[in-house]
Amino acid sequence: MAEPVIAFDQALKEFDPVLGLEVHVELGTRTKMFCGCSTEFGGEPNTHVCPVCLGLPGSLPALNRIGVESAIRIGLALNCEIATWCRFARKNYFYPDMPKNFQTSQYDEPICFNGYLDVDVDTDEGRKTFRVEIERAHMEEDTGKNTHMGGATGRIHGADYSLVDYNRAGIPLIEIVTKPITGTGKYAPEVAKAYVAALRDILRGLGVSDVKMEQGSLRCDVNLSLRPSPEHELGTRSETKNVNSLRSVERSVRYEVTRQAARLLAGQRVVQETRHWHEDTGVTTSGRSKEQAEDYRYFPEPDLIPIAPSREWVEELRSTLPENPAVRRARLTKTWNISELEMENLINAGVLELVESAVNAGMSPDAARKWYTGELARVANERGVEVEELGVTHVELARIEALIATGALNDKLARQVLEGVIAREGDVDSIIASRGLAVVSDDGPLLEAIVAALAADPEVAEKIASGKVQAAGSVVGAVMKATRGQADAARVRELLFAHLGVSE
Amino acid sequence: MSELIRKDASELSALLQAGDISSVELTQAHLDRIDAVDGKVHAFLHVDHQGAIASARAVDERRSNGDALGPLAGVPLALKDILATKGLPTTVGSRMLEGWIPPYDATVVTKLREAGIVILGKTNMDEFAMGSSTEHSAYGPTHNPWDLERIPGGSGGGSSASLAAFEAPLAIGTDTGGSIRQPAAVTGTVGVKPTYGGVSRYGVVALASSLDQVGPCGRTVLDTALLHSVIAGHDPMDQTSINSPVPAVVEAAKRGDIAGMRIGVVKELGGDGYQSGVRQRFDEAVVVLQSLGAQIVEVSCPSFDFALAAYYLILPSECSSNLAKFDGIRFGLRAGDDGTRSVEQVMSQTRAAGFGDEVIRRIILGTYALSAGYYDAYYGQAQKVRALIAQDFAKAFAQVDVLISPTAPTTAFKIGEKLDDPLAMYLNDIATIPVNLAGIPGMSLPIGLAPEDNLPVGIQIMAPAMADDRLYNVGAALERALLAQWGAPILSSMAGV
Amino acid sequence: MAAISRDDVAHLARLARIDIPESELDHYASQLDAILEAVDKVSGLDTSGVEPMSHPVKMENVFREDIPAPSLNAQQALAGAPAVEDSRFRVPRILDEE
Repeated sequence: MAEPVIAFDQALKEFDPVLGLEVHVELGTRTKMFCGCSTEFGGEPNTHVCPVCLGLPGSLPALNRIGVESAIRIGLALNCEIATWCRFARKNYFYPDMPKNFQTSQYDEPICFNGYLDVDVDTDEGRKTFRVEIERAHMEEDTGKNTHMGGATGRIHGADYSLVDYNRAGIPLIEIVTKPITGTGKYAPEVAKAYVAALRDILRGLGVSDVKMEQGSLRCDVNLSLRPSPEHELGTRSETKNVNSLRSVERSVRYEVTRQAARLLAGQRVVQETRHWHEDTGVTTSGRSKEQAEDYRYFPEPDLIPIAPSREWVEELRSTLPENPAVRRARLTKTWNISELEMENLINAGVLELVESAVNAGMSPDAARKWYTGELARVANERGVEVEELGVTHVELARIEALIATGALNDKLARQVLEGVIAREGDVDSIIASRGLAVVSDDGPLLEAIVAALAADPEVAEKIASGKVQAAGSVVGAVMKATRGQADAARVRELLFAHLGVSE
Repeated sequence: MSELIRKDASELSALLQAGDISSVELTQAHLDRIDAVDGKVHAFLHVDHQGAIASARAVDERRSNGDALGPLAGVPLALKDILATKGLPTTVGSRMLEGWIPPYDATVVTKLREAGIVILGKTNMDEFAMGSSTEHSAYGPTHNPWDLERIPGGSGGGSSASLAAFEAPLAIGTDTGGSIRQPAAVTGTVGVKPTYGGVSRYGVVALASSLDQVGPCGRTVLDTALLHSVIAGHDPMDQTSINSPVPAVVEAAKRGDIAGMRIGVVKELGGDGYQSGVRQRFDEAVVVLQSLGAQIVEVSCPSFDFALAAYYLILPSECSSNLAKFDGIRFGLRAGDDGTRSVEQVMSQTRAAGFGDEVIRRIILGTYALSAGYYDAYYGQAQKVRALIAQDFAKAFAQVDVLISPTAPTTAFKIGEKLDDPLAMYLNDIATIPVNLAGIPGMSLPIGLAPEDNLPVGIQIMAPAMADDRLYNVGAALERALLAQWGAPILSSMAGV
Repeated sequence: MAAISRDDVAHLARLARIDIPESELDHYASQLDAILEAVDKVSGLDTSGVEPMSHPVKMENVFREDIPAPSLNAQQALAGAPAVEDSRFRVPRILDEE
């Protein structure tokens, strides 16, 4: 099933990649785009539905003001122009998850257009800014959810039938489409990832969406084409769907470059089609052909009234935009008293917002940074997920940090507690109790372990006594091992010296 | 025949308010009438005997408790089967929705219920309101009470026939290209298409969203106005509904004073293609209007010659999209699901089985007109023609207060006569369509019988948007003068069912 | 404008998801052809400089406030469906994902 690929570096020698990114973001409005049903995630099937979002005969859409305001605010944050007059259009096609068999969307009159977003990427020549031009950001509605039943795989192919839940149908979506992104060269994967990450940060900052890629509230389609050189026309592109993590954005671009290059070098053509990204295997597979243009029979939605945002309204919305991310970074660098490099590390690790919320909740900047760029980053990397996807809250971190400060936990134990938190075993205190992770500070057992360690290695006592205090390390290590990490190392040291009658 | 059923809604309202009759008694009289004659007329697709009596009883109780009730509380009504009714079947005259019971009420239905109006049942119609004869109903045609071999107009033939057959004193219709006015004309009743946006469309199964409008039907101008004032008004559930006060239609219907008014006769809506008796009665009505003090002028609206063509592009385009939801998944019919077919095949079989020929024709036509290669030439061009028609109206209304024309080119034709000739059928709406394209209000009012066939003829009165009251003012004046001339309402000359 | 052929009708019927039997394609084609010829009259009017009219009444900026309204319960939502399983609408197998 897997197609031939060639090495990425090899592909880049032969071809110039051109990216295009389409991001769908589900808005965090209380109600759906065109009816008063809840947008809450989860919920029993078909309980967040009404005649409108079920497309029952006779029902009519009623446009959500906040949906429009969110769209405008997103456009402004992406440096877009805001239309002075625009309409919704119907995109007509039949599909069971779409209740009306047309999607209420925008066609040739998007509410936001002609914007850009600058993203920073590390290159061989240092950090470099790439400008990603935004073609448009428009409003539309989400579809319901199909579950494929029967067959062996639970996948669409080979399924016997499907079950449809329309809770998600009608949730407001903003589709943000870039112009073709050229000039990235070998950094195409990094630029794609940096763009989606930056977009996500902006959307989160705007408070318009919870931007959870894993729950599908931020979804990314990656278009990629290759051409022999920047002087050539754009090549045929593939559209990879279902790219639902930042890491996958990067990986899927990398994969498509190597796949398309292999085809082209073998004298084959790239097929214009949608492709599905497989997180587990790291490959894309062929989906629906797009060789024949779909005939969506767009026409202006007659049930909705045109939107004509006054310039006053737009300016009012502009005034609600949060601080520009670059300005904010400079400010935080100063208040937290960290270096620019340290700030960059936070940004690269994608944890700036997380650190900020932890600090806002009372944690010290140093402690918050230590956790998010240290242990949490390590675990996330190990698992191939984003730090935030680990689901550790700053409340939990603050508790762990407080226990370290009082000596009830040491670093090693703290890591084990964190492991429990990530595994959702309970709150911090119950994990400590159930895993038995409290620091042993009772001198009795510690002294016993010290005596045993000295007995096992008699020479060490002499060394310490003769002033080679660094030799104490091996005893402390042995005691820690004997107590499975639960000893307070500082106390062990004190007891050791007292036992030997040596002063430090 | 009970005398009650021959009375106008306004008279019944007075009797109810005076306590002379009860709503249960009145409702029962109409149900009895329906039981007696609807086998021949077939105005109803569903008669809600129990529900109607229960509503009537509730109104009677409220009245005896001294509750404040609207003028039409306790008066029965026939509801076109295109409005969603919670707990009552809603078929839209189609097999597609056979047995479907909506989980919600249309806003108009809510307003009717709140006004204490008793819903007798759901009336027959051309399938999805596509037609001018009610012959396209999947449940068989409705017969014109004036001559059972003739059509009662369409698409709202059930509503107009129920009024003419004294099965109901009031009815609700919908009008996309004439579906209230043309049936009113051919049955000798009154029907009004309000200003687009004047009445909520929420819960009205859509044919063409930018043309559809719900409206009142009655046997007199005043009855129609009373019903108009109940159903009209802004509805947040329909964002195309107009958020301004309802025109004072009842006052206008009581006034009926047109002295000094300027009335325009539309040159393009008459003459060739109009039956001689229709033309004759129309010309006589113009004389009557003049005698009442109105100033008559001829007005030319040259774009109207293109209205039918524009309409038969816009309507199929919108309906091809509106009717896409009928796919056998969430409600209604499903055909061909034998476990081997894909969802696409089942949808296609369902739509072939559930839709009649006329519906399929229009969906195919609309699919074509919206296709990428044809959009500009067809849908786009039709929308521009539409703008020109609206401009013609605007220019005309700069000169005159209202416009008039015959409502329909002919009186009621024979059932089956035009069934196989869609184009001939479409011509029935030639005079009513411009009003829908421009979104303005229009009324049809009986002006006598055509001498050659003794069948009713209607006059169409048209007014600027949100000036619906002018229709009632002119209508009331003309109705009063004609009644004085005739000595009795037009329906009294009907042989009877 | 081009006349509508039997093949056009078949293609449009597929787009519109209506399974028109082979035997009826010619009949529909001839009727639609006649209608199209009649509606083609719109092309005879000079509309240069005319803005298309998509809404009969000129209005702008009509919004609903973002306030939840009651939903149907699952039983009401599913009551009219031809096939239901596990509180969801059951549909025949889907050939390809959009």
